[in-house]
Amino acid sequence: MTTMLQMRRVSKVYGSGHTEVNALREVDLVVDRSEMVAVMGPSGSGKSTLLTIAGSLEEATSGDVWVDGADLSMMSADDRARLRRRSIGYVFQDLNLLPGLTATENVSLPLELDGSDSGHAQQTALQALRDLGLADRADHFPDDLSGGEQQRVAIARAMVGSRRLLLADEPSGALDTVNGETVIRLLRDACKRGMAVVVVTHDAQLAAWADRVIFLRDGRMVDHTGPAPGPESLLAGPEQ
Amino acid sequence: MSVRYALLALLSNGPKFGLRLQQEFEAKTGEVWPLNVGQVYTTLQRLERDGLVASDEDGGDGPQKDFRITAKGHRELTGWLRTPPPGDPPPRDELVIKVLVALQVPGIDVGDVIQAHRKHLVEMMQRYTHVKAEAAANDLGLSLVVDAELFRLEGVVRWLDTADVRLSKRDATPTTSPAVSGTPEPVLERR
Repeated sequence: MTTMLQMRRVSKVYGSGHTEVNALREVDLVVDRSEMVAVMGPSGSGKSTLLTIAGSLEEATSGDVWVDGADLSMMSADDRARLRRRSIGYVFQDLNLLPGLTATENVSLPLELDGSDSGHAQQTALQALRDLGLADRADHFPDDLSGGEQQRVAIARAMVGSRRLLLADEPSGALDTVNGETVIRLLRDACKRGMAVVVVTHDAQLAAWADRVIFLRDGRMVDHTGPAPGPESLLAGPEQ
Repeated sequence: MSVRYALLALLSNGPKFGLRLQQEFEAKTGEVWPLNVGQVYTTLQRLERDGLVASDEDGGDGPQKDFRITAKGHRELTGWLRTPPPGDPPPRDELVIKVLVALQVPGIDVGDVIQAHRKHLVEMMQRYTHVKAEAAANDLGLSLVVDAELFRLEGVVRWLDTADVRLSKRDATPTTSPAVSGTPEPVLERR
């Protein structure tokens, strides 16, 4: 197993004095390649903060974070931006698709920002959209796509190129169960190809797709599920 | 789940013998409910006694004896499909009682009790989801059976989540808690 994400005693404090909020308190987390971890907890438990720190979108107040072996605290802002473009895919809760760009352009954008030739970036983006069943929507703008299609474009953008860590904040959003399941199956497929995936959600049905579920409460990791047991025991029930 | 009505449903698209009925029952319920062939024959005998199925008179009593649904059986089946399952009054829910009792016990962190059950339920959901993930894409029966159980478990998790939030709000409010105010509320007697 290769560790893709390691967080050690990570804390995050917002504000100070009487407005101080401890969003995360000494959280430890290790996520390996090909592993999907779900983070559950009520609103305000620190789920999204954990994800933004893992994705280097904000810095921890204390503690250490390594992504693909690189210590984020030792990196310059430019190096962290490069790491985000190359190694980390992020699916935002509100998707953050750029409305003036087509699906292909949205997906190719991180590659082009990283210096890829425009033609190559567009071809790679098109392939990513094809993989997610969106070939016939490649030239559509986000507003012309259904909610499920927008969600898949956001996932394509997070997976495109050689990303190895995918971080997703409520990736099935407001989708119905069947479309949400399509989205989570795409994330599982990414795991099978070697990506490490961290999903933040309050949806137990979505979290149940993960190899491991961790529970946050008031910024603390209070519990986690054990290694997933086999499903055999479920098939022997005598119910009628 | 009633084996009686499941067998009537399977017979509604043509006569079948007992072993075939058992195989179809298991296949159409995603093989989640194993069914003993002896139970199939016992149920068929009762259905025949009640005039809901009829057997092939030439087939004797051997395993190849065909059964078919009668007109009365059709009426019974269609009536059952539209009849809501019994649900009133609600069953006494052991998990609800555990949480209510935990509120009354000094020194118990109810949040921890809730988390223990939440973890167990999510682990159960992981197992069911694994079954769904490994199932063939066209296995509609299995998907529907697993979905039903996942929704049931999810409902309980959501109740625990809600209870957790209500407890947090209560703990943040500086009022006298019934849990520490002497005589416990007779919560269990009300149900």
